[in-house]
Amino acid sequence: MSSYNKVEAPKKLIKNGLRVDGRKPEELRPIKMEVGVLDKADGSAYVEHGRNKILVAVYGPREAHPKHIALPDRAALRCRYHMAPFSTEERRSPAPSRRDMELSKVIREALEPSILTQLYPRTTIDVFIEILQSDGGTRCAGITGASLALADAGIPLKDMVAACAVGKVDGKLVLDLNDLEDKYGEADMPIALMPNTGKITLLQMDGDLSTEEFNTAIEMAVEACKKIGQMQRESIRRKYLQGDKIA
Amino acid sequence: MSSTPSLQPLAKIERRALIESVEKGRRIDGRSPDEYRPVEIEAGVIPKAEGSAQVKLGKTKVLVGVKIDVGEPFPDTPDQGVLTVNAELVPLASPTFEPGPPDENAIELARVVDRGIRESGALDLQKLCIIPGSKVIVVFVDIYVLDHDGNLIDASALAALAALLNARMKKYELKKDEVVFKDKYEPLPVLNRPIAITTAKIGNALIVDPCLDEEYVMDARLTVTVDDGGRIRAMQKGGLGTITLKEIEAIIDMALKKSQELRKKVMEAVEQHE
Repeated sequence: MSSYNKVEAPKKLIKNGLRVDGRKPEELRPIKMEVGVLDKADGSAYVEHGRNKILVAVYGPREAHPKHIALPDRAALRCRYHMAPFSTEERRSPAPSRRDMELSKVIREALEPSILTQLYPRTTIDVFIEILQSDGGTRCAGITGASLALADAGIPLKDMVAACAVGKVDGKLVLDLNDLEDKYGEADMPIALMPNTGKITLLQMDGDLSTEEFNTAIEMAVEACKKIGQMQRESIRRKYLQGDKIA
Repeated sequence: MSSTPSLQPLAKIERRALIESVEKGRRIDGRSPDEYRPVEIEAGVIPKAEGSAQVKLGKTKVLVGVKIDVGEPFPDTPDQGVLTVNAELVPLASPTFEPGPPDENAIELARVVDRGIRESGALDLQKLCIIPGSKVIVVFVDIYVLDHDGNLIDASALAALAALLNARMKKYELKKDEVVFKDKYEPLPVLNRPIAITTAKIGNALIVDPCLDEEYVMDARLTVTVDDGGRIRAMQKGGLGTITLKEIEAIIDMALKKSQELRKKVMEAVEQHE
């Protein structure tokens, strides 16, 4: 990183019990969700999670191109996680990085269990996640948005998928890490959950946790995912049931 | 773009038989659910590399070579050496591997192994700094999969750790900002010995160290990397299915238990070579 874009590391990540952005340890950042934001896509969603700004589009089920990726017994889910060149402190190359490739894979695996892909054999369902601005936790917010866009596209789902990270900073477990906490904290654990069934579809971790810390952390994340799942539901209702008597 | 992989070439009847027998506690190769395959570790197999090790995990075979060089540090960590981990799914290892740049599976493999080493502080990167901001030791860990019969993550992490412990770097002197390398060697500063343990979920059963046929039918897998002190340093879920909180708990227990035996095996192999 050049000196132009350098961000100083904070001396402490928790001061007087509050985090660098003023949150309490178990507090989520403000979240905004909206579905059906793009005209051409079959389904779309826009998510603001703290300072993260994420746009997701879903195309499909549609004819598989190239043909050889089609599966005989279900739809092939394709997923691209991509960060805009201007989404970070320093400009990043628009070419997909190794990180982007790994995230595209784990996000696909996080969404796949929720979709009834058997209903659409030999087709593809394409999910495009664009990170327009990033501030830590983009894969989770991307999953939350992707699940909304799938629902908006009218694709039959077993459940929504909601995601949130939990981690450790200054020795304390905290919910929903921002970029500084992710960079300078001691652990980061993104989780995706199907809120109705309680099944986990994504789990990654790096850092340093004891088994006790892990158990507390995962409970915190599960609760947060359930809250986010509720917000997803409300945002779909806002679009499809507005002015309607059925609520 | 990441796409759902095509179904593995396994007859439906075979798939069903495999799942049913695993659910009854019988595995295709006769192992019990918590039984690891026999592990063989040989250190120093490529003398030209600064460090190397080959791991056989049942029929899975992985070779790791460590090369060492001097280079520039990353601008955001001017006082630390550089560690890079790369994985090659060599086409000779499986009919499904194709030549070309690393695909998402190779990248995931390399990044999971990298996280285990990096997050556990296995390599003391601070000690690998020569002149802050300009000259540091660069350590390349190259994973070479030679025969793929499942559980590449555990085999690769084991081989990478053994190769790092086996590696020797040149001693050096600083003469007025000039680095002079000598013909004397010392081990890399290895502070921790992370072990990755992967458990697969098939139907309602959990099995440690899945072989390839088991990977074909698994719902999901979870890799847990455990350090010397029994702390969790990295995790990665894979596969198209889901896992529950209860299953995660059992998988962590499995990892804590199995990692100790495996760590001992790595240390024995490394000492044997010395």
